Amino acid sequence: MKWLKKYFNTFFLVELFQGLKLTGRYFLSPKITIQFPEEETPRSPRFRGLHALRRYPNGEERCIACKLCEAVCPALAITIEAGPRASDGSRRTTKYEIDLFKCIYCGFCEESCPVDSIVETRFLHYHFENRGEEIMTKQKLLAIGDRYEKQIAEDRAEDAMFR
Amino acid sequence: MIEIEIDGKKLEVAPGSMIIEAADAAGINIPRFCYHKKLSVAANCRMCLVDVDKVGKALPACATPVTAGMKVQTQSQKAMEAQRAVMEFLLINHPLDCPICDQGGQCELQDISMGYGPDVSRYNFGKRSIKDKDIGPLIETEMTRCIQCTRCVRFGTEIAGLREMGAYNRGENLEIGTFIEKSLVSEMSANIIDLCPVGALTSKPFRFTARAWELIQHASIPSHDCIGSNIYVHTRNHHGIMRVVPRENESINETWISDRDRFSYTAFKSNDRLTVPMVKRGGHWQEVDWQQALDFAVTKLQDLLHQQGAKQLAGLISPSSTVEEFYLFQKLLRSLGCDNIDHRLHQTDFSHQQNMMQFPGLGMTLEELQQQEIIVLIGSNIQREQPIAGHRVRKASLQGCKIFQINVVDYQFNFTVTDKYIVKPSELVHALAQIAKALSLVSDQKIPDNTLDFLSNITINENVRAIAEQLLIGERKTLILGAIAQNHPQAGLLSQISELIARLCGAKIAYLTEGANAAGAWLAGAIPHRHAASNNMAMEGLNTADAIAAKLKGYILFNVEPECDCANPNLALQAIEQAEVVISFSTFKSPSLMLYADILLPIAPFAEMSGTFINTEGKWQSFNATTLPKGDTRPGWKVIRVLGNLMNLPQFDYVSAEQIRDELKVMIDAQSFTSSVPSYNQLTQSSYSHQTNNHLERITEWPIYRIDALVRRSIPLQQSAASILPGIYLNNAFAQQLNLTDGSKTTVKQGDGEANLAVIIDDKIPDNCVFIPAGFSETAKLGASFGIIEIGSAHG
Repeated sequence: MKWLKKYFNTFFLVELFQGLKLTGRYFLSPKITIQFPEEETPRSPRFRGLHALRRYPNGEERCIACKLCEAVCPALAITIEAGPRASDGSRRTTKYEIDLFKCIYCGFCEESCPVDSIVETRFLHYHFENRGEEIMTKQKLLAIGDRYEKQIAEDRAEDAMFR
Repeated sequence: MIEIEIDGKKLEVAPGSMIIEAADAAGINIPRFCYHKKLSVAANCRMCLVDVDKVGKALPACATPVTAGMKVQTQSQKAMEAQRAVMEFLLINHPLDCPICDQGGQCELQDISMGYGPDVSRYNFGKRSIKDKDIGPLIETEMTRCIQCTRCVRFGTEIAGLREMGAYNRGENLEIGTFIEKSLVSEMSANIIDLCPVGALTSKPFRFTARAWELIQHASIPSHDCIGSNIYVHTRNHHGIMRVVPRENESINETWISDRDRFSYTAFKSNDRLTVPMVKRGGHWQEVDWQQALDFAVTKLQDLLHQQGAKQLAGLISPSSTVEEFYLFQKLLRSLGCDNIDHRLHQTDFSHQQNMMQFPGLGMTLEELQQQEIIVLIGSNIQREQPIAGHRVRKASLQGCKIFQINVVDYQFNFTVTDKYIVKPSELVHALAQIAKALSLVSDQKIPDNTLDFLSNITINENVRAIAEQLLIGERKTLILGAIAQNHPQAGLLSQISELIARLCGAKIAYLTEGANAAGAWLAGAIPHRHAASNNMAMEGLNTADAIAAKLKGYILFNVEPECDCANPNLALQAIEQAEVVISFSTFKSPSLMLYADILLPIAPFAEMSGTFINTEGKWQSFNATTLPKGDTRPGWKVIRVLGNLMNLPQFDYVSAEQIRDELKVMIDAQSFTSSVPSYNQLTQSSYSHQTNNHLERITEWPIYRIDALVRRSIPLQQSAASILPGIYLNNAFAQQLNLTDGSKTTVKQGDGEANLAVIIDDKIPDNCVFIPAGFSETAKLGASFGIIEIGSAHG
């Protein structure tokens, strides 16, 4: 009987239809592929991407140059110089640099920050074309913070009860 | 000794000591804020509460004397609860913003609150805040952070001897401050930065520039006075020196350092720093590399030696150079056949140099100085010249030592002066001679007849007799000859008569020299009449004054700025300007240096090189470089070494500072120094005859913050209240006599130089004298430190 069963399976293309059944099921099921870069996967509010320095709503920079992020950074990617600010003598950084080639995106800097100044945003699409661009200066970091402040604030608010 | 038990550990302690002292000696940690071993016990922070057996309440360990059989628990539940409660109270009003505070990371309150404090504050009310005070350019205040331990207040009253800080108001409103806002004037004021357990008092120049965990600590010795205080220099990776703090050494500086030692590092980053060798070719300055600069120096020197001979060359070296620099400097010059080497830039009379001991110094330890019963300060402003020695004298005074002052300025000290005799400079010798005479009449010590002849014409003033009589009482007596006595035009006579006085009343003689290392200079041979580690030479070279007066053809200056560092800046500048070859080893460049020098060789200041200082006690203290020298700067001894190599001089192949030091040390240990006969034997009737005059006389000192090139460029020190301004200081009555008012501009003339300076009224100055400080460019046109001066009428 074995040869007969094999003959019918071959004659009626059963294996082909079995394959087509799988094809058909996926043909009709909802699609999960996204069209990158037009589309992106959703990202957690805790995502650790590009760094930013935040400001208070009144425009004052948050960073107080306490140097805890510099001390905690396991990759020694952060360099800070501090001094009294000329205008009011308050404790401010004169230099705040993160070397993104050294950074391992562990997020310790954000955790150590007592004033929520240095944060890792959910922004991850960035590249460098020239040597030296990987050094994020204070101006660049503040500009990123200014640009994404709304998103950053929302993310922190969403995660606030776990922090 | 009685036996007590702390945390189950049996200890033998001296009766009368406090529990905290016993615990500290045994290495048991008890938290504390107000207690400090060098200050009195206040027991107001209550942090050191411990559980004492059979006592109901917890007791403060700092104020509870030990009793036999006492059992103390520092970690029992009762002690811990008491400490936790105190900590919570202390944190009620203390801001909890450690990240923004400069003390963060080195704060006693932060450390102890980590150990004993609660993790969450239960205090939901408004916190107290207090306005910050401006107490000068050295110390920054954030008084809201103050926990009222009163260490700074006690430091002022007990150590500095000036009640500058105080506590006012009561209870919740208690504040620490100066009451009337003013800068602190104490020369040791910045020690309150170290004392403050919180961030209320911090260093202003250091403010916000580094965190404690970023700093690397190096032991060093500062180069400003002959005490050789021990310091730690804190450096931060490639930023160089960030600050200086004291290093505890009970036998020298205890736990204190002077503000001069603490803040002189600020000059290291001065814009005046010379960082590349420079040569003057055809009247134009060029920056060159070391090879070219040294070749140029060798050519210039050899030309000079061939054409003029070695006698036309002189080397002047700063008294704050290291032993290694002194030794190589004199070796270089003596190898070239030149003995004209000197470090005594402020002095003018060298007649006593043959009779000087191996080196001028204290002749005892600083701890012994503190044990004296009688101290006579002769021409010394000890508190400003050597603040740490001044502190020892103050401690002696507090223990009942009688202090006398024979001086040309009525200096006010932080200790009680039992009696004083203030005269004008030309009368200083006579003042000492009177004391000697008064003593000779009552003393049973035998003195030679010729010396008696010397005293025969002296008539004694009653004030002086009163002082002399008091000198005979007691034991352990010291005469301290300060800068004014050493720089005086009759310094030799002053030394001789002081030796006579010392002999008559059984006292010791101490010289407190200017600069960090005069003792090293004498031992290393940076003097014209003695080689390194040797006795007097038959043929001595020219001393500073003669070398300047002789207007030689060549000068080698080693960290010397003649306009500020020489006893007669006007003459010194003339001599150096007319010279054919001037080679200057210098840490800094200045416009005048650029004018007269031909070659500038940049050398490192003290913390950027290794070396050795010998302090006034004769203690050798070596130190290593704490940071790389700035730019192309090199340690002075290396530069001289290479210069020696290039000139093909024998035995110049040193590889380290230690090698040079050891070579010298072996020579000194092998030397049999023949001490000279007491030089008062040489006094005769003709050595001195007293003549009164009515000339207007100048008095000069190098003020505390003008003493060397480094402190002159330290901006915070220059701005501080202890620094004095260039000007004509005279007393009120005398000023009125001359129709001069405070602040008016007046011209003074000395020889062919004159200066236009502001009049400053200062009643410490005797009549018929004007005090004009040296070390300023404003006074560089004037002549000798002491001498006749003319004063013009007020204008402007």
